[in-house]
Amino acid sequence: MNADEFSDASGDDRLDASAKRLLDAWRTPTRWRYWSAVNNSEVGLWYVVASFTFFLFGGILALLMRIQLAIPDNDFLTADQYNQIFTMHGSVMMFLFAVPILEAISILLLPEMLGARDLPFPRLSAYGFWCFVIGGVFVCGSIFFGVAPEGGWFMYPPMTTEYQTGVGVDIWLLGLSFIEVASIAAAVELIVGVLKCRPPGMQLNLIPLYAWYILVVAVMILFAFPPLIAGDLLMELQRSLDWPFFDASRGGDPMLWQHLFWIFGHPEVYIVFLPSIALIAMIVPTFARTPMVGYGWIVLAAVGTGFLSFGLWVHHMFTTGLPAISIGIFSAASQAVAIPTGIQLFCFIATLLIGRVTKSVCLLFTLGGLATFIIGGLTGVMVAVAPFDYQAHDTYFIVGHLHYVLIGGTIFPIVAGVYYYYPAVTGKQLSERLGRYAFWSMLIGFNVSFFPMHLSGLLGMPRRVYTYPAELEVMTLNLISTVGAFVLAIGFVIFLFDVLRSKKNQPLAPRNVWNAGTLEWLAEVPDKPWGVRSIPIVTSRYPLWDQEGFVEDVDAGHFYLPDAEEGLRETLVTSVVDAEPIQCLRVPGPTFLTHFAAIFTGGVFILSTYHWYSAAAISGLFAFITILTWLWTGTAWIPEKQDKDVGRGVTLPIYVSGSKAVGWWAMFITMLGDMTAFISLVFGYFFYWTTHDDFPPDGSTGPGWIWPAVALLMIAIGYVATLAARKWNRQNHAAGFYAAIVCGVVCSLGGAAAVLYGPFTHHMDPTAHVYPAIVWVLTGWTALHVVLGVVMHVYCAARRAAGRMTARCDADIVNVTLYWHFLLLTTAITCLVIAGFPMVAR
Amino acid sequence: MTETSERSGVYSGVNGNDHGSAIWWIVAAPSVWAAHFLASYLTAAIFCAKFADSDRSAGEVQMAVMAYTVLAMVILAGVGWVGYRRHQSGHDGGPHDGDTRADQRRLVGLSTFLLSCLSAVATVFTALVLYFVGTCH
Repeated sequence: MNADEFSDASGDDRLDASAKRLLDAWRTPTRWRYWSAVNNSEVGLWYVVASFTFFLFGGILALLMRIQLAIPDNDFLTADQYNQIFTMHGSVMMFLFAVPILEAISILLLPEMLGARDLPFPRLSAYGFWCFVIGGVFVCGSIFFGVAPEGGWFMYPPMTTEYQTGVGVDIWLLGLSFIEVASIAAAVELIVGVLKCRPPGMQLNLIPLYAWYILVVAVMILFAFPPLIAGDLLMELQRSLDWPFFDASRGGDPMLWQHLFWIFGHPEVYIVFLPSIALIAMIVPTFARTPMVGYGWIVLAAVGTGFLSFGLWVHHMFTTGLPAISIGIFSAASQAVAIPTGIQLFCFIATLLIGRVTKSVCLLFTLGGLATFIIGGLTGVMVAVAPFDYQAHDTYFIVGHLHYVLIGGTIFPIVAGVYYYYPAVTGKQLSERLGRYAFWSMLIGFNVSFFPMHLSGLLGMPRRVYTYPAELEVMTLNLISTVGAFVLAIGFVIFLFDVLRSKKNQPLAPRNVWNAGTLEWLAEVPDKPWGVRSIPIVTSRYPLWDQEGFVEDVDAGHFYLPDAEEGLRETLVTSVVDAEPIQCLRVPGPTFLTHFAAIFTGGVFILSTYHWYSAAAISGLFAFITILTWLWTGTAWIPEKQDKDVGRGVTLPIYVSGSKAVGWWAMFITMLGDMTAFISLVFGYFFYWTTHDDFPPDGSTGPGWIWPAVALLMIAIGYVATLAARKWNRQNHAAGFYAAIVCGVVCSLGGAAAVLYGPFTHHMDPTAHVYPAIVWVLTGWTALHVVLGVVMHVYCAARRAAGRMTARCDADIVNVTLYWHFLLLTTAITCLVIAGFPMVAR
Repeated sequence: MTETSERSGVYSGVNGNDHGSAIWWIVAAPSVWAAHFLASYLTAAIFCAKFADSDRSAGEVQMAVMAYTVLAMVILAGVGWVGYRRHQSGHDGGPHDGDTRADQRRLVGLSTFLLSCLSAVATVFTALVLYFVGTCH
């Protein structure tokens, strides 16, 4: 690889015809239409900028808190303001920075690492991004009106259900639920991206480590966020309709919220930590000039951490009076997770030891981050020991611990990543000298700020209290912390200045400036919008190091899809394990539909906050119409020809359906997340059974077994009708297809009505007790999903009638059938639980 | 299904059937841990909530978790053995970073084996709790 050669910026006129066509297809829209872009390089960049903006906002809130805590009995902030600020600091840093930044960096870089031109669903990324921005501005804006949430980032009831009647809690619940839409959208995008959009030849043992980590993290998002969404739903129902899920006087239990929140909340911290470790896994081999040691061990670490992190949630609840056995089991898992976490650190250290390390700011931040993270990890092992946690719980010791792991494990590596990837994204380099100043200022400031917190915590300083008395004798420690916080902030200011300063007079960085070995460094300087000139065949983990003449071959268009004869955006889809090319996927281009979809979806959540339900319903209707329009016009196009020559003598189909298609995978993954939320609600039902001596309560009637049985039968008929519709569509038996759809619609709607009629006919009042409330939630959830399934039926019929779905091009009905598999399972579980369990329990 | 040649990656384009369900082997072992963990936790939680008096030992839970543990360890040993055999097959001893099917299989084998070791340790951790903690309170 010759690092000195880089292409000319104004080289458009020197391109050959095929490259010109490719460039035209991928050209970024200009002027005001720029904002309609959906390509990963634009959306990813906006995402990064927006996430960092929220990060700065959260950081300023932190400084305000440190000013308030600098001296005892300070009156810089009132208790009320302080509560709002610490709640927003935690919520913003977690929901608006830590998770979005990983999605942002992944959307920006993952396609480049995989030599893909774009992710499989660019418009979904754009939709997620706009949802995130609208929701984030809405949630952050509340603090300027003094109505921000005050319940902490964990929002424990009964405080948030009985004692905080203002709009703040609703803003948190609905605003953040809305943002979680973006997270799940990104998870779908990233999982399908890693599994299906790798370059030919990149089999499982050649995947860049970043992609392994992101795959694990995206799967974690899929299983961690839905329980929180379920919890949000229950709490919002209690706040707006008075259904007593967390009200102990009517059979509810505040502990259910804690379980649901922490089933999300603990995996969450690994969700934000692993992607940063993934950045380190890309940086370390580059600066050690050697392949990563222990690739298989790192896969173990990523997958192992991902799994084990789901077995830790109760360690946030050690002091809630749970049985000793339960506490012990979660304490054990909390200790066990240190093993895979440690293994990957040893792999990094070993790589640095055997390599020839070159100095750089990236490596400084990496090593600083690892050292800081290890300290935080060790205090984490301390608090995983329950007896110690009884003492440290809710003190500043915990604040110290969590900031060591989050800033050391997440933020420092992200800063390292910014220094590392800045040239790839902008073509210019950041200053090594300023970087060193920023690093030492951050590292020293961070430790001076957060280390004393361990001590003040052990001396008994509680968290989340706006001031402390002088008698506690923690003033010196707090003053030191405050000074340190400002030194840390100065480091960030230097970093920010370096990123934002004008670099007009600075020469362009050479191509592959760090001499790295992975595909994202194929990027030309300045970068072209097409991602890669041609999609390469990969035979090594570090193709730029190992494959002879690789860059020249890519640039000369010797690999796949070097042309866009039809002027359309295309990328390759490959098989999941062996990465064999299976489809030439056409991806959609710029649109404003995603903005409207995000605005209207946001309207549902934001208007509901103020109880303007009719306006919210209208907004929901518009969102529904917009999304249907987007699907109708932008998905499952029937191509003008069946197959396409993608180069090198390979001809691939343009349209595939079933498990080879990316859309099928997206549906499958989305439904896994949906199922997880549903199972969380079912967990709630049984949780009430374990905490009450009589659940279902004596004397409660309903919902009986007849109506649930009728519902299950009718929805099962709807399911069979869906299967029949798929089959007859494939056989091109139009009459049969439409008949099956009509039968499916009628039976399913009947089933939805029946499932609701059970609790209705038994006069189950959801405000009277938690038992009727949870039954209504399960039946309502099911009915809603059935209605959605019916909409899908009608959509498929309309597609076929309009000639947009044929016997061969049947992705719509195939994906709808997949949805119905899950729907049948949901219905079966609901009916068995609400009808069967009362019989068994009595 | 086309065979990819050793170095040059020649694809015919009529393909896409993956070899084996490699990716599922990787998650097999931690799934066993997860099942064991969940079963142990639910057994203990339900027993303590529904059947335990303040002074009664949780002997039944200890027995149940012992049974779960034996079962889990047997499955983990099997998964680990399969993984180890695949990792060793062909004895290349290297980092399994070639572009051949055999190397992919070896890498997945290695990860499977390592994950079954980790899962076994974590499973033993859970079981030890029951060994030391004999009551709900």
